Amino acid sequence: MLYGLKIATRYLTASKAQTALLVLGVAVGVFIFVFMSALIGGLAEFILSRTVGDIRHITIEADDPDPPVLIQRDGHVLAVIERGRTRTATLPDAATYLPLIEKVPGVVAVSPQIGGAGFLARGAQVAQVSVTGLEPGRESAILNLRGYIVEGSERLGSGVVVLGETLADDLSLKLGQTLRLQSSIGASAVLAVGGIYSTGNGMIDASSVYVSLPTARTLFALPQGVTRIEIKLSDLNAADATARRIAALTGLDAVPWTEGAEQLMEALNAQAQTGYFLKTFALITIVIGVASALLLSTYRRRPEIGIMRAMGAGRGFVIFVFVTQGALVGLLGGLSGAALGYLALLPFPSRDAFEAGTLPMDITQGSYGLAITLTVIGAVLASILPARSAARVDPVTAIGQ
Amino acid sequence: MAALLGPSGSGKSTLLTILGTLMKPTSGRYTMLGQDLVAADDCALTEFRNRHIGFVFQFHNLLPDFTALENVVFPTAVREGRETAQARARGRDLLVRMGLEARVDFPSANLSGGQKQRVAVARALMNRPELVLADEPTGNLDRDSAMQVMDLIAEINCEEGTTFLISTHDEKIAGLCRRQIVVGDGVVTG
Ligand SMILES: Nc1ncnc2c1ncn2[C@@H]1O[C@H](COP(=O)(O)OP(=O)(O)O)[C@@H](O)[C@H]1O
Ligand SMILES: [Mg+2]
Repeated sequence: MLYGLKIATRYLTASKAQTALLVLGVAVGVFIFVFMSALIGGLAEFILSRTVGDIRHITIEADDPDPPVLIQRDGHVLAVIERGRTRTATLPDAATYLPLIEKVPGVVAVSPQIGGAGFLARGAQVAQVSVTGLEPGRESAILNLRGYIVEGSERLGSGVVVLGETLADDLSLKLGQTLRLQSSIGASAVLAVGGIYSTGNGMIDASSVYVSLPTARTLFALPQGVTRIEIKLSDLNAADATARRIAALTGLDAVPWTEGAEQLMEALNAQAQTGYFLKTFALITIVIGVASALLLSTYRRRPEIGIMRAMGAGRGFVIFVFVTQGALVGLLGGLSGAALGYLALLPFPSRDAFEAGTLPMDITQGSYGLAITLTVIGAVLASILPARSAARVDPVTAIGQ
Repeated sequence: MAALLGPSGSGKSTLLTILGTLMKPTSGRYTMLGQDLVAADDCALTEFRNRHIGFVFQFHNLLPDFTALENVVFPTAVREGRETAQARARGRDLLVRMGLEARVDFPSANLSGGQKQRVAVARALMNRPELVLADEPTGNLDRDSAMQVMDLIAEINCEEGTTFLISTHDEKIAGLCRRQIVVGDGVVTG
């Protein structure tokens, strides 16, 4: 069928301007496809990173068993023990589980933490904060503290606290200044501000403080165990399955981020649907464009098709010639459209450096291969109708004898 | 070498397309080389045409986007799936015989009418067919070009024994042929 390919390419190169226009039309469709993929993908990434993505993907928190209720045989409640406000449940055996969890496929980072409430005092000013104790040296395992630091460092040595910019402003705290952190159970420590971060998340910037795990042990009187294990995965979407796996492995209550994030998932889904919708339209445009151009071409070349048939070219050969033209147009348009899309996406900041005010395009999510493949398939399908009509050309009427 | 003579509209072209297996007769039989060409399917007819019948039409003869040589080689290339060196050599020889040595790699759209018809004759001969059907091959040519084409056809007929059936309404052209078949109103009359 090498010869059919020769005829097809000759037909395409014979009318260069027309072929160039057709390829350009296909390329524009592919460009839209790639651009939409990068935008929808980038947008989802952006939203997830601003909400859950860069926090934790799976959380294991100690079961906080409901306080026992004493009930009489007739159903009368005799006594209810109020849940202790100051005591948090702990995972005493965390140390034994950590290596197990680290080996689960897809787990990128595991962070044992001690969390609790506390008050930050600087002179007469006091602020209520949520305290998190992190392993020194692995401060950025889950939340990318290092990336958010605006002053100082994220390193959590002993006697060091890292806090958000809003909180620092509220208390007029500067780098290196000392403050007193009192935990909800009454223990307190004097700490120096080692770093100030700005995540862009109001809650975290205004009311979270980070200390080292040993400091947190003292503050919350937890000589061993942790209150929470946060886990980061290589694939955000694998959270449900991985959480089930970890739960089965350790017996702990591993909660994926999707739990309680149904609205977010719905919004992302709707966004993805919009993307599919637009991409489908881009493909349909390509198919219609290729089909109409080839149909016109078969009409224009009727006499030639008649001659070829008279010379002993079978119907299959004619079909091959026209389908090959469609495939070539799809391939050329697909390649150039994908290349154009890639070039157009280059100036956008990378995934880790989204800037406010720009579209969160993700150049790595352009679906280039998919765009090219679907375009070639679409173009081939689009050429079937013209090719069949070409094969049905009656040589006698076409040659006009 | 036979001439199919008759006025315009008398059914010459119709007869040639039926003989060329491009159309089936509404009634009657047609066998050639022992093959029943009325009963045969499209696939078999395509194959038969390719091997045994050459065509020269009055208009729309060549593929305009291809060179003279590519046009001549087509009947062989379409059967073999590619243009072999052997086929190209034969095509070149045929074009040389047609006096078109200088036009071998010329885009066929740029050839003159007489040159086009000579390329068409070369192409009709490419697969060494038993029968060449020429429907008013000189109908669009001036006298000199027409005579040149007819001389070449006569020469091939003489040297290779290929049968030519040439339709024409020109008595002079018909006079060059050994046999004259006259048609009128769709009926062979003489
Ligand atoms: N034997 C026949 N039976 C029926 N119709 C015929 C017959 N011969 C010719 N015709 C009709 O006559 C018309 C002209 O014939 P055509 O072959 O084009 O003539 P020519 O080539 O001699 O000018 C065509 O429409 C054709 O269908
Ligand atoms: Mg006629």
